[in-house]
Amino acid sequence: MRIGLFATCLGDTLFPEAVRSTAVLLARLGHDVVFPPGQTCCGQMHVNTGYQREPLPLVRNFAEQFGDTSIEAVVMPSGSCAGSVRHQHEIVAERYGDAALRSGVATVKAKTYELSELLVDVLGVEDVGAYFPHRVTYHPTCHSLRMLRVGDKPLKLLRAVDSIDLVELPEADSCCGFGGTFALKNAETSTAMLQDKMRNIAATGAGVCTAGDSSCLMHIGGGLSRIRSGTRTLHLAQILSATRTSPYVPTEAVR
Amino acid sequence: MSSTFLGMPAPPPRSPYGTGNLRGDRKFPRAAHDELRNEQLRRNLGRATRTIRAKRLDVTGELPDWEALREAGSAIKTDTMNRLPELLEQLERKVTEHGGTVHWARDGAEANEIVARLVQETGSSEVIKVKSMATQEIGLNEHLESVGITPYETDLAELIVQLAHDKPSHILVPAIHRNRDEIRQIFLKEIPGVDPGLDNVPAHLAAAARAYLREKFMTTTVAVSGANFGIAETGTLSVVESEGNGRMCLTMPDTLITVMGIEKVLPRHQDLEVFLQLLPRSSTGERMNPYTSLWTGVTPGDGPQNFHLVLLDNGRTAALADRIGREALNCIRCSACLNVCPVYERTGGHAYGSTYPGPIGAVLTPQLAGMHAAKGDPNSSLPYASSLCGACFDACPVKIDIPSLLVELRHQHTEQAGATAEKLAMRAAATVMKHPKLFTAAQKGAGLGRVLGGRDGKISHLPPPFDGWSDSRDTAAPPKRTFRSWLASAEGAATMRAAADEHRRNEKDGKKEEDA
Ligand code: SF4
Repeated sequence: MRIGLFATCLGDTLFPEAVRSTAVLLARLGHDVVFPPGQTCCGQMHVNTGYQREPLPLVRNFAEQFGDTSIEAVVMPSGSCAGSVRHQHEIVAERYGDAALRSGVATVKAKTYELSELLVDVLGVEDVGAYFPHRVTYHPTCHSLRMLRVGDKPLKLLRAVDSIDLVELPEADSCCGFGGTFALKNAETSTAMLQDKMRNIAATGAGVCTAGDSSCLMHIGGGLSRIRSGTRTLHLAQILSATRTSPYVPTEAVR
Repeated sequence: MSSTFLGMPAPPPRSPYGTGNLRGDRKFPRAAHDELRNEQLRRNLGRATRTIRAKRLDVTGELPDWEALREAGSAIKTDTMNRLPELLEQLERKVTEHGGTVHWARDGAEANEIVARLVQETGSSEVIKVKSMATQEIGLNEHLESVGITPYETDLAELIVQLAHDKPSHILVPAIHRNRDEIRQIFLKEIPGVDPGLDNVPAHLAAAARAYLREKFMTTTVAVSGANFGIAETGTLSVVESEGNGRMCLTMPDTLITVMGIEKVLPRHQDLEVFLQLLPRSSTGERMNPYTSLWTGVTPGDGPQNFHLVLLDNGRTAALADRIGREALNCIRCSACLNVCPVYERTGGHAYGSTYPGPIGAVLTPQLAGMHAAKGDPNSSLPYASSLCGACFDACPVKIDIPSLLVELRHQHTEQAGATAEKLAMRAAATVMKHPKLFTAAQKGAGLGRVLGGRDGKISHLPPPFDGWSDSRDTAAPPKRTFRSWLASAEGAATMRAAADEHRRNEKDGKKEEDA
C-alpha cells in the first residue's frame, strides 16, 4: 500500500525517533512510505486554543499535501493529530474555507488513520514481528480513546510483541493533564493530574510507559524526569519497530 | 408572499451583566490555585467522585438499552429546544387550567421580586426550600433575607451549605467538599438547641438535621421549590430527590412557589419514562431515585392551595439563539460530567465561581451570563478550564458534546478578545508553518534549545509564559536532527531501503517455508 506519512510538527522537530520508527515499521511490513515534503502542522493547537481563522492555511496545506490520489492512506503516530484531521479540519473549512477546500478536507479525512488503526483495521496485522524484552505499561491517551475510539487496538499490537511484559495501568483512562495549552493556562491543575498519573505508573513497576501520542508522552516523560523516576516514556511505534536484529537502544535523556 | 417587515430583529435579551451567582470574582486558574492547596478538599473530592463514578458505571452498564436511552433523551431535548416557545405556552395554559398561576421572569432580579412579593402576600416571614438550582443561580435566599424573609433549605446537603454560610460546590451533592467531622462542627455551631454530645456518625448527624427540619415543616406555610421537569402536555411539575424532605415541602405548606428555568420543560408525560431512567442512574448511580413527586396545579383539600410557577429566563433565550447555547440547554443537571471530570476532581466546584461548576458549567455559565474577554471577565477563563479529555461527553446521559462546545466557546472568546499577544503568536506560528521553508528554518532555530539544555540534554527552566510548564516538567532539548532531515540523509535512505529489503527477504523465506 502507498501510505502518506504525516510526521506532525512535534514529531518532526522534537520526537523524530517516533516518526522514524513508524516509517521503518511500515516499510518492513512491505509498504511504500511517502513523505510529502511540504507538510508542516495540522493546526490542532490553534483550534484547541480557540483559533479557527488562523489555522486555515494549515488545514489547506494539509489537504493539498495529502490530497494526491496515489496516496491510499495517511498515517500519523499521534492520536490527537489524527483526531484533529478527522474532526476539526471540517469545522475550520466549513467556517472559513471555500467549496474546494471543503471537499479536499473530506477526501483526506476519509483516508486518515492513527498508527494502531492503520495497522489493525486497514493493514490487518496485529503481530508486527517486534521484540521488546521489557516491562511496559500503556497509557491510552484521551484523544485516541474518545475522539478516535481506537479501543484496544494498541493493546492488541503490544500483546503480540515477543518477550514483552505488559502490565495494566491503574486508572488508565483518566487524563494525564496535558491538554495542549491547558498545561500552560492551567499549569497547576495540569500538574495535579500529572501527579496522579505518575503515581499510577509507578505502581505498575514498569520501566517503560508507552502511548500513541508524543505530546502526552512529552508531558508524562517530563514529569517522570523531574522526579527522577526510573521509568521512561517511549512511543508505541518505537516498541513496535524494535526487533531482535535491531533492538531498541535508549539515546535521549528525556522524552 | 405576504409577510410584514418588522425591522431588524432585536438582539436576544442578555441577562444583566453580573446578576446572580453566575460569575466568580477571580479567574479559574487563580481560584483553582487556592483550592488545589486544600489537601482535605482534594481527598474528599477524590474519594466521593471515585465512588460515584464506579456506581454509575455499574448501573448504566446493566441496562441493555442504555445507549438507546441516551439517544432518546438527546432527541427529546433537542425537539424541546426547537419548539420551546410553543411548549412553554402550552405549559402555561395547562398550569392555569389546573388552578395555578404562571409568572414570567426575564432575569434573576425579576424572579426574586416576584417570589418575594408572593411570600409577602401570604403574610409569612419564613419559607422552606427544596431542590432549586434556579434559585441558587439568581441568589433568591440573599434577596429574601434582604426583605426580611428567612429561607430554610431542607435538602440535607443544601442545609449543610446554608448553615456553614458556604456556597454549593456540586450540582447534586452541594456539600461534597465537606466530610463528616466538618458537618458535625457546623451542626454544633449553627443548629439551635442541638445535643452538645453529637458525634460524627452519619445516622446521628441525619437525626439532628431531621429534628431541626421537622419543626420547620410543621410551622412554615410557604415553600419554594425548583423543578426537574415541567410537562407541557399536562401542566405537571416534578421534583426528584432522595430524602423525602422535598415531598414535605411540596405537600405540607399552603402556598407553593416553583421557580423553573424555561429549559426544564418536556413535551409529553411519557417523556418521563426516559428521563426517570437516565437521571438517577447518571447522577447518584441509583436505579431509581427514592422520591419522585409530581403535582398538577392545585387540588382542593389536598396539598398546597396556592400554586405559583415562576418561569425563569435569565439568559436562556440568549443561549437558545446560539447553536452552542442551545445544545447546552439540553442539560438535565445530573452531574455525571462533574463526577468524571479530572479538572473538577482536583479543583472542586468553587473554582468555577458559578452555581454551575464542572464541564457543563464551563459551557453554560458564559452562555447565560456572558463572557467579556476584553474586560478580563472571570467567565472568559471557564472555557479553558478543561484538558478536552472528553470524559464528560461519554458520561452525559443526553449526549451533550461538551468538548466541542468548549472549543467553540474558546473560538468565540478569541474572536471577541481582539488582537492579543496570543493571537499574534498564533498567527505568526501559522504563517511560519504554512511555508515549509520557513518551517524548516524554525526547526533549525529549535536547535537553539540544545544550547538552553544543560549537559544532560534537559531543559528545566523556561521563561514565561512557559514557566508553568517547567515548574513541574523537564523538557528534552530538541534532537540534533529533525525527522525530515534524517529521511533526506544518506543514513535515512539506507535505513528505509534496508527495511524494505527485510520485508522482501521475509517474504522469500515465507515462500520457501511454504514450498518446503
Ligand atoms: S451536561 Fe450532561 S452529564 Fe453534565 S450535568 Fe448536564 S446532563 Fe448531566
